[in-house]
Amino acid sequence: MLDLDQYTSVGAALREALDRFANETCLIESDRNRERTRLTYSDFKQMSLPLARALQDAEFSAGDRAAIIMTNQSKWLISAYAVFFGGGVLVPLDYKLTAKEQLQLLAHSKAKFLIVEYHLWRAITQEREFDDHKLRIVLVTEAPPTADLKGGFRWEEFRRKGDPFFVTREREDWACIVYSSGTGGRPKGCVLTHGNYLEQCKSLTAWYPFWPGVRYMSILPTNHAIDFMVGFIGPFVCGACVVHLRTLRPEFVRDAFVRYRITYVSLVPLVLKNLERGIKGNFDALPSAKRFLLNACVAVNRFFTRKRPNVPLSRKLLPQVHKAFGGDLVAMFTGGAFIEPATLQFFYDLGLPVANGYGLTEAGTVLTVNDLKPFRADTVGKPLPGVELRILNPGSDGVGEVAAKSGTIMSHYLDDAELSAETIVDGWLLTGDLGSFDDSGHLQLFGRKKNMIVTEGGKNVYPEDIESAFEDLAVKEHCVFAANYIWPQKELGKEMLVLVLHPESGQEVTSSQLDDLAARNRLLPDFKRVGGYLIWDKDFPRTASMKIKRAELAEQVGAAVARTAVKEL
Amino acid sequence: MRTQQQTIDEILELAAAQFKVPRESLSPDDDFFKKLGIDSLQALSLLTRLEQHFSVELPDYELQGVSDFRTLAERIQSRL
Repeated sequence: MLDLDQYTSVGAALREALDRFANETCLIESDRNRERTRLTYSDFKQMSLPLARALQDAEFSAGDRAAIIMTNQSKWLISAYAVFFGGGVLVPLDYKLTAKEQLQLLAHSKAKFLIVEYHLWRAITQEREFDDHKLRIVLVTEAPPTADLKGGFRWEEFRRKGDPFFVTREREDWACIVYSSGTGGRPKGCVLTHGNYLEQCKSLTAWYPFWPGVRYMSILPTNHAIDFMVGFIGPFVCGACVVHLRTLRPEFVRDAFVRYRITYVSLVPLVLKNLERGIKGNFDALPSAKRFLLNACVAVNRFFTRKRPNVPLSRKLLPQVHKAFGGDLVAMFTGGAFIEPATLQFFYDLGLPVANGYGLTEAGTVLTVNDLKPFRADTVGKPLPGVELRILNPGSDGVGEVAAKSGTIMSHYLDDAELSAETIVDGWLLTGDLGSFDDSGHLQLFGRKKNMIVTEGGKNVYPEDIESAFEDLAVKEHCVFAANYIWPQKELGKEMLVLVLHPESGQEVTSSQLDDLAARNRLLPDFKRVGGYLIWDKDFPRTASMKIKRAELAEQVGAAVARTAVKEL
Repeated sequence: MRTQQQTIDEILELAAAQFKVPRESLSPDDDFFKKLGIDSLQALSLLTRLEQHFSVELPDYELQGVSDFRTLAERIQSRL
């Protein structure tokens, strides 16, 4: 691995890695059972430098912002490197957002350049707001030969001969603007510096090292902080290989574990639970004698790994299970959303450790992760090296808001000094999450102070972002909340969104209004849908500028109505 | 060549069989996540079944934002 203290920017570290590990494989891209791309670090360099040069010829210069909207694939990473090479600021946007939302964030980020997959670009160009975009250069990947690119250039042809010049950046310079939410009223663009990423990479790889030969399967979107770090920067500065799958169907993911002998993977709780169901189903189908033997091996494995993992032993005891995961899997990472401790324990007992962690985009990537010494299914692990955590105003049970200080904490929210000042106080990031430390220094999370949910698919959803979907409903006013914000509970899980409806005075909510509500709800992506509604007969408390006082309304509703009164939508 | 209606009917048949719900309980404009009680991964497995049946390949993004049988049928029909 490179000594990251030697570098002042992500671009400089990557540049060194491309030369240092020139002959190692850095990227494999597979579509179903067909391998599409296999690149060495040297190939990667050959593909990215002509792009960097073409960008520079198009007057891309230090500090210019370039957005990427792509699914996980090699062109994502090649483009990102070309941007860093030219001293640019990367704006990774979520390809799962609607085209309208993507246009909003492009405008907010002030990106002048965009690199985008054709099917996503086509959707963007069909939006009404497309005509107002301020993009200067758009590079479109994989466009059909006769496609009208609406002013965009073909990524595959956008390259120039001649060496581009490397633009030096300092640690405090911006590397990325990553949106943690805010497609509705108030976009939250986390400005992360080169120093943030280099520190994060150093601390994470101290516990979970990569090396040449390691294969990381990149499933979480690369625009997300986790995959950007462990599916790009981390493996690259260590000479490891990233495997991209163009199709994330469970059957192809299972095949890829075996075909590419995956070492690490990050998964959301939903996928882990799906894997657990599948494995348990296979176990249940075994004849009783074999099942008895298997259970005995699991018990033996549990005993010998109670203090720390012993992967070679686990592979001997449970060879069929390990073979199904390719035989080289060292650990799986998860975090973000609530996950049942029993699921984590299930995998650990099979010798397949799941390192549960905790982090947020505002903190770079990860603040805590399970170090597996010993494995603890009930916590989100210990602070990584260089991360200081504090529990603010703890109650008698030790639970309070988690605050973090670390070299990985973002610089600020883009163009929002007020929110930045509320979120980072005296150098401490206020996470809005409630937790406490146990005697061994492990962090346990108990819920959220903030009005948001995290879905099992790992998506952060802020209620105010989806309120506009219910605008002009035939009611006096409406507001969306996270149920656990109205009715706080000291456990994670059971997260859902609740729509509070205040009908016009003297009126009731009719069945046709509810049908309208349900229809609008269906138009939202599934993870953003409201789970239930509640009728409230008082005026919402509002500020002088008529904004809803959400905290006050939540308190009033929570005091007057039980959670069981929420009706399913 | 199938008509759009035939495609919808066949999708409803296959979905009903895969998730063990009565065929007559499904209609084209139903939200299949809700009606079948499935998550996004199970929806992907339905997509695989449909690909086999119709002998087409559908990229994952074709399912993005789609939650009703009719739109799904349109996406498949355009590739037949």
